[in-house]
Amino acid sequence: MTYTIQFINLLAAILLLIVFAMLSQRRILSLINLFAWQGLVLSVSTFVVAYSTAQSHLYYSAALTLLLKVLVLPWLLHRLIRKLNVRWDVETLINIPTTMLVGIALVIFAFNLAAPISQLSEGITRGLIGIALASVLLSLLMMLTRRKAISQVVGFLAMENGLFFAATSATHGMPLVVELGIALDVLVATFIFGIFFFQIRETFDSLDITHMEKLKDD
Amino acid sequence: MTMDQSLGILFQLYQSLLVVLLAPLLTGWVNQCRAWLQNRSGPGLLQPFRTLRKLFHKDAVIAHNASPLFRITPYILFGCMWLAAAIIPIVAVDLPFSPAADVIALVGVFALARVFIALAAMDIGTAFGTLGARREMLVSFLAEPALLMVLFTASLISQSTQLPRIVEALAHHQFVLYPSLAFAGLAFVIVLLAENARIPVDNPGTHLELTMIHEAMILEYSARHLALVEWASSLKLLAYISLGIALFFPHGIAEVGNWRALPLAIAVLLVKLTLAGAGLALLETLLAKMRIFRAPEFLGTAFLLAVLGLLIHFLLGA
Repeated sequence: MTYTIQFINLLAAILLLIVFAMLSQRRILSLINLFAWQGLVLSVSTFVVAYSTAQSHLYYSAALTLLLKVLVLPWLLHRLIRKLNVRWDVETLINIPTTMLVGIALVIFAFNLAAPISQLSEGITRGLIGIALASVLLSLLMMLTRRKAISQVVGFLAMENGLFFAATSATHGMPLVVELGIALDVLVATFIFGIFFFQIRETFDSLDITHMEKLKDD
Repeated sequence: MTMDQSLGILFQLYQSLLVVLLAPLLTGWVNQCRAWLQNRSGPGLLQPFRTLRKLFHKDAVIAHNASPLFRITPYILFGCMWLAAAIIPIVAVDLPFSPAADVIALVGVFALARVFIALAAMDIGTAFGTLGARREMLVSFLAEPALLMVLFTASLISQSTQLPRIVEALAHHQFVLYPSLAFAGLAFVIVLLAENARIPVDNPGTHLELTMIHEAMILEYSARHLALVEWASSLKLLAYISLGIALFFPHGIAEVGNWRALPLAIAVLLVKLTLAGAGLALLETLLAKMRIFRAPEFLGTAFLLAVLGLLIHFLLGA
């Protein structure tokens, strides 16, 4: 039992590490691979929680995570960047060390914010809400610092991963119907984002969303 | 003097001698592994000893305007690194010198050596020396806080800044997975690469002026001075790897008062050093030398990882 908790803690730490790696990653291709790894860690941690609490519906959600976030979504994103021909694109990021320091500040903020919530939660994984919240905030930071549409979408998907991790760790997962609904939402969202990418590129000849600021009339 | 005390002193002397002889061997082993990985036959394990012997037999050439500081620096450097390598508990935890092995003091010893080598490099007044010293300072002022954070993480887990107590706490309890130590370990590897002038921060095998850091600093040294500086570098690498072993893989070290476990502990240590050397060579072969201005980013990552380890320790208590 103690080993399970330690293992889940380790996975949570790896999850946080992957979010930081995403925050500092310049290549779009590596970003998508990191997203797939994040999905895998999420799936394994859900599986371990399912095993240790003997809740059978969590097995389904672990399998769903594996299918959707490790295989389908990365495959879709890979196909998208191949079709958009941005596979080897390198994004210019503003000052990675500063972003990292802001990230650390966010982590401290999230840990403090989650401390009272963790007191209320019972069960094996109460310390993990802070990490889940931190990864949600870091994904949000990633969406703010990126300029390319695709990396913003990856940030959005990573944020959903963080929320999902919070759900499994704090409440042993949502009802299966809700999870299925969210999974479908994410899948559909990715399809729609794909269509958006093509539209954005057709209008502006680039996926850089700073061009969109020209839309406003004054 | 009791039997235990005299045995302790004996083993302390033994460890001091062991590290000073083991250090060039480790450097030779890393170079040999690198050669194998690059499809070369390599110079053999004993090459560093041959180089040292050659250098000790030569006459030293010293610039006219060199100050006494330039002459004594190799001895200070060698002394610092020998002390550091000799007090890190790698075979037993209760040797007579081990109370001196405080992690913060250890960082101080490394800093002392660094200040002297940087001053000696600027002493002659050549452009290369100054360039090397400045680059070394750039790298190390970023590496040192990261190293301290790594050590603080280990100290928080074991409730002590004394290295023997840390090792005891980590090695003799039942097996526990520490996520915070995993982060600290990653950060430590980055610091080790940067502080020992390894690829990707510096290349120990080059004398190209655009890239060299450590080699630029010791360009003016020759003969016995150079031999001591080289030996000190080997000792520093050994000290860092021993520190890594002590913090992250202390299992197999001899317990307090259990002198009979020592031969096994030494064998385990040799296996660990062999693996660590091979791992270092593999890492160096896989990585590419990065531009000097990328080094702050690289070391910033180390600091980030170490701070994350610390935070995770506070949150998860592990």
